[in-house]
Amino acid sequence: MSQNTAAKTEDVKKPVARKDMTMMQWTLKEMKRNYVGYLMLAPFYIIFLTFTILPVLLSIFLGFTTFNMLEPPVFVGLDNYIRLFLDDDIFLLAVKNTFIFAAITGPVSYLLSFLVAWFINEIPPKIRAVVTLVFYAPSISGQVYTIWGTLFSGDSYGWVNGWLLELGFLTEPVQWFKNASYVMPLCIVVALWTSLGTAFLSFIAGLQTVDKSLYEAAAVDGIKNRWQELWYITLPVMKPQLMFGAVMAITGSFGFGGIVTALCGFPSVDYAAHTIMHHLEDYGGQRFEVGYSSAIATILFFMMVGANALVKKVLSKVGQ
Amino acid sequence: MSKKLRTRNHKVVLNRSAGGDAGITFFLVLLGAFMFLPMIYAVMQSLKPLDELWVFPPRFYVVNPTLKNFGDLLRLMSTSWVPFSRYIFNTILISVVGTGGNLILSSLAAYALAKIKFPGREFFFQTIVLSLMFNSTVTSICNFIVMTALGWVDSYLAIIVPTFASTMGLYLMKQFMESSVSDAVLESARLDGASEFRTFLTIAMPMVKPAWLTLIVYSFQGLWNSGTSIYIYSEELKTFNYAISQILSGGIVRAGAGAASTVVMMIVPIAVFVITQSNIIETMGSSGMKD
Repeated sequence: MSQNTAAKTEDVKKPVARKDMTMMQWTLKEMKRNYVGYLMLAPFYIIFLTFTILPVLLSIFLGFTTFNMLEPPVFVGLDNYIRLFLDDDIFLLAVKNTFIFAAITGPVSYLLSFLVAWFINEIPPKIRAVVTLVFYAPSISGQVYTIWGTLFSGDSYGWVNGWLLELGFLTEPVQWFKNASYVMPLCIVVALWTSLGTAFLSFIAGLQTVDKSLYEAAAVDGIKNRWQELWYITLPVMKPQLMFGAVMAITGSFGFGGIVTALCGFPSVDYAAHTIMHHLEDYGGQRFEVGYSSAIATILFFMMVGANALVKKVLSKVGQ
Repeated sequence: MSKKLRTRNHKVVLNRSAGGDAGITFFLVLLGAFMFLPMIYAVMQSLKPLDELWVFPPRFYVVNPTLKNFGDLLRLMSTSWVPFSRYIFNTILISVVGTGGNLILSSLAAYALAKIKFPGREFFFQTIVLSLMFNSTVTSICNFIVMTALGWVDSYLAIIVPTFASTMGLYLMKQFMESSVSDAVLESARLDGASEFRTFLTIAMPMVKPAWLTLIVYSFQGLWNSGTSIYIYSEELKTFNYAISQILSGGIVRAGAGAASTVVMMIVPIAVFVITQSNIIETMGSSGMKD
């Protein structure tokens, strides 16, 4: 706080000196002096509060109740959570699938985003824009991932089946998206295909902002190759982008439920690609067990925020 | 400048091995093919006449390209239950109002968070950063309760108003303002007696044009790609994307029109990105997160 006051001494309306007041009085004075800030933030924040914060708090609360949207909620303590972890085998399967999904797509998409961005940064600026588009396009093209359903279609007209049949590797077409042993790997591949998104763009931009003279100085200091450049200069300088990219990658890695539903149907065969998102949708959207689904949403919320906290801790070690 | 650049290039060459260059090119081409070929296949499918869609062994490329599938798509649109223009109108209305509202509210909030030093702003900003860490699945069920309480279920409001406060655009704009609008410039405007709002409108906003464009593109893409919503039942409130996905799920008879619809859906966001790419990359330059 005290550096802040020092920095503000040039303000038109002089910031209030803190000397002769309690913290409380000072804060109130500062609030009054900068009331315009609250006014400008308010319209956005009220809507944000209503449609993001309130639902999260509501689901934490409703997770301890049974509620069907018609009668008032009844407090049941930890019953929903006990039922989830002890009685609901499909939920445990969903947790496992979600973990596998996130643990593969999160890190892989993060690394791919960075590697591709880094390589793109080395090619001439004229073709850079085109190459960026090629890699970024799948993530913004809406439902174009359904093309993978056509490529891996279950009849012999699907491109993959057709060629495997023609070349003699198969004797009859495989129902790729209806076979429990293929759905997870296939959905992961498709998810990765759509995953070079915001983090990727952020990395490209971050690489462009690295001060070029740092590389010159490093070359003089005996940096031998591009890998050393990467480790000793680029990564530490880009740390803020790496943080932001990680948040994007984690949030994305928990959000591939839509792809699974579009390609495998709902529920997927033998629940082989059933994730927590699907379980939530099942109980909340279809069976109207709002209390139970709120407990699921709460678990999902803490999983995602927890994953972020963990990764932040790991990333803070970069360049130290 | 140019002389300095040359020396730098010279040194870069020293730090680059031919083997490394070849390896990187190989990796990029391979991965590029994986990313690009399915997109091309989608375009090829949409140009294939019916007999080429069902040929064995399947062909990747098209022999006799035709626009017939797009014609079929138009015909299917004109026979839909709700007039197709209604779906298009809905998408335009939602995209324009939603994006406009998001732009106005986010810019105001971003300016306040970046440039006005009111107590608590760090807390407000951290809650917004926190919201980037989970996706809307978490809030979907309880949002339904909120919408019911407000009486907004099955109205445009349920779709439009929440997007006013989508946090991604605010985050990017706030970071961009912090790094590219200098406090000294704002200070001199204030000294000249301009109100805070006037300073925001006439000084800060013109300086962050790339961030507006980025916010508009993000907001628009989100709304364009949003298909079915759990808050909407009425057919006449549904969007273009929803109608298109109905055609897509129409099975064998509509395979051609379905392929055409995929291409229509992907062309718009790609075109928007092509036009705005350099602005988006510029905005992303300040997207970094400090811990």
